[in-house]
Amino acid sequence: MEHLLEIIYLISSITFVVGLKMIGNPNTARNGNLIAAVGMIMAIAATLIFHEGEVAPIIYILIFGAIAVGTIAGWMTAKKVQMTQMPELVSLFNGMGGACAALIGLIEFHHNVGDPVAISTIVAGMVIGSVSFSGSMIAFMKLNGTMRKAIRLPKYNILNTIIMIGIVAFGVYIVMSGTHDETMVYLLFAVALAYGVLFVIPIGGADMPVVISLLNSFTGLAAAFGGFLYGNMVMLTGGILVGSAGTILTFAMCNAMNRPLKNVIFGAFGEGAGGGSGSQIEGSIKEVGPMDVAIMMNYASRVIVVPGYGLAVAQAQHVIHELEELLEGRGVSVKYAVHPVAGRMPGHMNVLLAESNVEYDKLVEMDDINPEFPTTDVVFVVGANDVVNPAAHNDPSSPIYGMPILDVENAKQVVVNKRSMKPGYAGIENELFFHDNTSMLFGDAKAAITKLVAEIKTL
Amino acid sequence: MEIIENALSFLGNHIEMVYILILMIFVGVEVIGNVPAVLHTPLMSGANAIHGVVIVGAIIVMLNSEPDNLPALILGTLAVLLGTLNVVGGFVVTDRMLEMFRKKPKK
Repeated sequence: MEHLLEIIYLISSITFVVGLKMIGNPNTARNGNLIAAVGMIMAIAATLIFHEGEVAPIIYILIFGAIAVGTIAGWMTAKKVQMTQMPELVSLFNGMGGACAALIGLIEFHHNVGDPVAISTIVAGMVIGSVSFSGSMIAFMKLNGTMRKAIRLPKYNILNTIIMIGIVAFGVYIVMSGTHDETMVYLLFAVALAYGVLFVIPIGGADMPVVISLLNSFTGLAAAFGGFLYGNMVMLTGGILVGSAGTILTFAMCNAMNRPLKNVIFGAFGEGAGGGSGSQIEGSIKEVGPMDVAIMMNYASRVIVVPGYGLAVAQAQHVIHELEELLEGRGVSVKYAVHPVAGRMPGHMNVLLAESNVEYDKLVEMDDINPEFPTTDVVFVVGANDVVNPAAHNDPSSPIYGMPILDVENAKQVVVNKRSMKPGYAGIENELFFHDNTSMLFGDAKAAITKLVAEIKTL
Repeated sequence: MEIIENALSFLGNHIEMVYILILMIFVGVEVIGNVPAVLHTPLMSGANAIHGVVIVGAIIVMLNSEPDNLPALILGTLAVLLGTLNVVGGFVVTDRMLEMFRKKPKK
């Protein structure tokens, strides 16, 4: 029967690879996810069914109880959550996996004392799992707004590096000394948790997707160490697959933002976020009402909408689609300019607008739409900020300097909808708002656009 | 020296696993290569669900633990619970994201 278990693990591993590959293509993506899910269920069921040796009933009760509770809780959370909260949910579930790997290490330690190879896999899996867990929890809190600012301890880079070296040294000591003392492992566990927190708190806003992707590959690695420990092929293949794919994905995201990974981790994003940032912007802003914007748009021939996180928060994806259809009905060409990191994750805006049935062709990527701005009459920026900040082009002291942006300032008119003058996620001022051709339409995106639609209908 | 010998013999005894490890790294790179930025989030989410396979380890821990070792049972049950959350939550969230990418009937 053992062979059957191995064969099922093999099939599961194949479903993971094929599933992940299929998710990389919009047409097959959903089936790919289902295939991987079926493989996962097979692996879990086979592990339970083909286990050899006596197992007390209480243990089965606990396992099935935990699976039942986890399934219901996970299902409900994932089903109930708004599309806008997806990114933080991914982070949360990633943390759960990391914690699971860490707990396995904690339990297995005393079974394996005296076997340095096993102990080293246990210690490595536990440390990486713990960092992934606590880091993901911080990322989760940052994304859902519980923790808004990047917190920086003095000399945090040096401090973090020292702690990291300390963790490695401590881990090596535990392995080499062959200690039986479990408090050592708990201590290491605690330090690793603290490191995860310190690793993520200095990293600001716009870089959070990259951090989640990185922590995602950490959890994969932790799972792979578990696979090594048990000689379990499905854990090994699944873990390494995610570790490797996650790392490549992390770099792909960094490329999309034109920021090297090293800058993300050690870098200066949001430096000066606590105010006192270098140059204060001179000039005044021009506030307009829905009526003005309605007239501007109704008599325009080309309008480009730039969606951002504010649109997502306000759940304005349906009403913006209504606006688009209304304008199209009046012969105005409407497109959406989607910055690769608009929202909180790459693809966030695409998912959101697809939900409200915006046609795929209307979503234009940055490089394709940038040449169109000079011939555009009105750009409507909805809840986006950093991705349209000209400082990325012309202020070398700005933390976002060098990031590719949507060149909306080249359009004839720019209307910016924001709830207030509060800076965006990177925590920096935006001189765009002070330009002569920029008008501000303050208010919640959904409410403001609803009024705008009503105004246009009266014209 | 003993530790190096141990490590070497571990590698020798588990050479298939080392092969798998290295080949899987290439598979991972290959699978993600040249994917449009639009799909980065669903891919991250899908990968997130797949590393939930760590739950298999948690189940093995539980199946091997002594029924009277209370601390291990508590931690093990918690591990299974967290692993399940990772798996179920991960796949369902990914599915919800990808639902949005289905082909719309043309009007």
